[in-house]
Order: sequence, then C-alpha cells, then structure tokens
Amino acid sequence: MKLRAGSTSSLKFYVFVYVAILYIPVLLIPVFSFNNSATPKLPLVGFTIKWYEGLAGNGAMQTAAWNSLIVGICAAFLSTVLGICAARALTRYKFRGKTVASAVIMAPLIMPEIIIAISLLVVMLGIGMELSLLTVILGHLLICVPYSITVLIAGFEGFDPSMEEASRDLGESSWGTLRRVTLPMLAPSIISSLLVSFTISLDEFILAFFLSGTEPTLPVYIWGQLRFAAKLPNVLALGSILILASLVLLTFAELARRRAEKNSHSGGQFQ
Amino acid sequence: MSVTHQAAAEESLKSGSSFLKSEAGQGWLTISPPFLYALLLLVGPLTVIIANSFWSQDYLTIDHTFTLKNYQAALTEPIYRDLLFRSLYISIMVSVVTVVLAFPVAYFVSFHGGRYKGLWLFIITVPFWSGYLLRILSWKVILGYKGVLNGSLLSLGIISEPMTWLLYSTSAVIITLAHSWAAFAILPIFVSLEKIDRTLLEAAADLGDSWARRFLRITVPLALPGITAALLIVLIPTVGDYVTPKLVGGKDGVMIANAIQVQFGKASNWPLGAALAVSTMIIVCMMAGLIVALLYGLKRILK
Repeated sequence: MKLRAGSTSSLKFYVFVYVAILYIPVLLIPVFSFNNSATPKLPLVGFTIKWYEGLAGNGAMQTAAWNSLIVGICAAFLSTVLGICAARALTRYKFRGKTVASAVIMAPLIMPEIIIAISLLVVMLGIGMELSLLTVILGHLLICVPYSITVLIAGFEGFDPSMEEASRDLGESSWGTLRRVTLPMLAPSIISSLLVSFTISLDEFILAFFLSGTEPTLPVYIWGQLRFAAKLPNVLALGSILILASLVLLTFAELARRRAEKNSHSGGQFQ
Repeated sequence: MSVTHQAAAEESLKSGSSFLKSEAGQGWLTISPPFLYALLLLVGPLTVIIANSFWSQDYLTIDHTFTLKNYQAALTEPIYRDLLFRSLYISIMVSVVTVVLAFPVAYFVSFHGGRYKGLWLFIITVPFWSGYLLRILSWKVILGYKGVLNGSLLSLGIISEPMTWLLYSTSAVIITLAHSWAAFAILPIFVSLEKIDRTLLEAAADLGDSWARRFLRITVPLALPGITAALLIVLIPTVGDYVTPKLVGGKDGVMIANAIQVQFGKASNWPLGAALAVSTMIIVCMMAGLIVALLYGLKRILK
C-alpha cells in the first residue's frame, strides 16, 4: 500500500532531515575537536590536533579509561551469561510466571536511572560495601542484561532445539552439547550481545556517577572536566574518540547480529 | 531409618526432582540467575527505598518510626511540588513530541524501507548508544547565545540578534531529551507497524477507501500498541533525567532528579530523597495509566 508519489518523496525528505538532525549533535563533537579555538563556535578557524595531543600525557584520564575498560568487559561478559539464561528460558520453555519474571528482568530498561542509582547506593552503603568499580559493574549489569536478552532471543529463536537433542542422542554429555553445539550456533548473537553491552557500559553515566566512589569511569571523568571551561576542547577530543569507539563496536555488533539472522534462516530451511 | 520413612523421603525427592525435570521446573531453573539478580539488585533496593521514605532523619541517625512527613514535604512544599509538576510537564511534552516526530520515520522504514529496513534501524539507533553525556553537551554548544544555531541563523540573516530563550530553559531540556530518546520511540512503533497485515490495507483500498481514511481507520488503530509503548518508554525514564536539566536546563529547567540527587548528596536527607523518588514514580505511573486509558478511548472512537 503506497502513498502517492508526491507524498512519498516528501516523506522521504522528512526522514532525511530527521536523520540529519539525529546525527548533527554527534558529528559536531569531532568537528569542534579539530578546530583551532578554545571555545566551540562557528565559523571554524583552522585545523589542529593539539587537543588530542593534550590527552596523551593525562594520567587521570588514562586511569579513567582503564576503569571503563574493566567495567565494560566485566559487565559485558556477565550480562551475556545472564542474558543467555534468560533468553533460553524465554524461548524454550513454557511456565507459569514467565511474564512476571521477564518483566522484573526487563524493568531497568524503562525505569528512571536515577531511581535505580539511589536505591543501589543506599543498599550498598547500608551493607557496608565500599564504592568501587565492583559496585559500578553490579549496577551496569542491571541495565545491560535487558539489551543482551533482546539480542540473544533472536539467536535462540533461529536455532532448532532438535540439534541439541541429536547431539545428546549421539552420546554427548549436556556440557559437551552446550560447548560443541549450542554455543557455536549462538556465537554471532553472543558476540553481538558482548559488544552491545560493552558499548552501553562504556557510555553509561548516571549509575557510574553515583556508584563509582573515587574510581571514575570515562563519562564520570568527563563530567568532572566540564566544570573547567578551558578543558572543553580536550573533552571534545576525548569524546570524539569515545564516539568512534562506540561506532566501531556497534557496527561489528550489527554485522554479527546479521550473521546470526542469516544462519538461522538458512539453518531453518536445511532442517 | 524405617522403611516407610525411606519411601517417603524417596517420594519427596522424586516429586522435587520431577518438578525440576518438568518444563516449568526447567524454565524456572534456567531463568533463575538473571531473575534472582534482578530481585536482589532491583526489587530489593527499591523496597529499601520505599521503607526509607517512611522513616525520618535526625542529623546523622535514621529514626525508624513510621512517618508520613517526608511525603507531606514532597507533595506540599512549593519547591518540590513545582519540581514534580515541571518534571511531569517536561516528560509529557518530550514523549508526545518524540512520538509525533518519530511516527513518520517508523512508517517510512516499515512501508518503504524495502530491503534496507535493518540498515535504517541501525542508522537510527547508533546515535542513541554513543555519547549520552556528549550529545547533551553538544546541544549546549548548539543552543548557546553564541552557539551554532544562533550563529548560523544570524549569518543567514534570518534573525537580527541571538535568541536567548534557546539555552537554559525548559525548551532546551525538551529539545535535548526528544533528541536523546528518538530511537526508543521509533522502535516500538516500527514493530507494531510491521505486524499490520498489508492485505487489510489493500482490501480497504479496493473497496474505495482513500489513503487518509485507511491510515486513520486501519494503520493508526493497529499501530496503537506501539504508539502507547513508545509514549511510556519515553515518558517514564525522562521524568527522572538528571544530566539534561543540569547541563542545558538552567534555573527554569531544573527537574525533580536534581532535587533527589541533592538529598542523597549535599543535603544528605535520605528519607526525604526517597520520598521524592517514590512520589515521582507513583505520579508518573498514574500518568502512564491515564495515557493508556486515553489512547484506548481514542481507538474506540476511530473504529
């Protein structure tokens, strides 16, 4: 059911403008990070890489980057493990209370982050936990799992349980089946889940802000730097690197997700 | 151990293990790690916050006797009441604006995306996942007095002096949040549009319905679950946004999350902060319920 040609092209025009506006704020950051001016404004005055050079010897930033990396890797790994459990249960089994269980697990997706952050803060301080990277990882895990599940469910839906049965009938132990049949078939969606949850953790600010104590992640470090107007160009340079990193990670995640989709389609026909 | 005892023990063991072997048992067993995690780190802490909101703080110690005075303060003190109303107003505006602007995009991708639907969705979601903090910062640069927007409009001669209402205002908060949440509105609408059986539209067309009529009587009612989901998915989280009001909101754009943060930070009055958080959640959920009811009323009218 198509629109008339005229309305289709105006709809197309609208969509292009919309996508352009979606990207302009993201693209302005790298543009100004190469601008030879201490304040980000138009017109651009000249090309420089000095804001990037300024990052090189910055110990505090490197520590923050390291912290982000540790948090991101742990959150991505654990979130994928929990995501596999949930996605498997949701796609394979019918049981009472399934909706409730999945609603509780998915809830962090639509809760105001500040409420998750303060409730974790109160409990963690209450039981005497010191705020550290561990507390940030625990918080990030909560918001990464729903995304992992969304990515992984697609993988589980496309894969035929009879393959696992065949493996068991042929004498593999359940651990062997998991390692040699299930996980390889899920590999693309697992990779996609790892990359997406790492990116989300890398980008997350509010939970990290409340729970990181004296060990800032990169967004928390950036937040601290915003108080100093003179540091803004360096922040933009760092931000550009972060955006580029997210972009690369997400592109790989998308490619992996597509492979998962393709696998499941061809596999489905074959079986 | 007597024989009967042993038999009973075996029986109970069997029924226990048969539950674990049943489909329901397997399901619960498999979902339990993420479910327990969410219970322990989400439901548990939320319960603690709710409990906190009924306590009171006396300098540094927390008095555990039940009191409603935090709620009284949260709902009647002008400063908190205003912040609550403003946050609610901002998040409703944001969700409506975001959904209205997002609908045509979701429609385009679903009906005209062809082979490139996946690519379109990827393009739309990428900005959502990169640089949360930086995007807000970027809007500050765009909307500022000497910012990108004012600068461009001045040099094009469209305005003769910079617009001052752009930055540090409620509208700045609404623009920035609507931009941040765009992808979250497009996805659910897209999903519900994808589910529409295209033959219904063809049948209506064959029977002589105009495009506008088909759109209003078939597409919109069938996309309503997606539209509702999109509204709620934007409304609920944005009511508690903390960074956007802080960076681009100025005095007029302060929201309730900023007040909550102060209570858990500088002011250090956890019970009051907890009551503010709980009130916000309850009010926004009531609002969400109202929106659902309104939209379903609308659906009946359209049909």
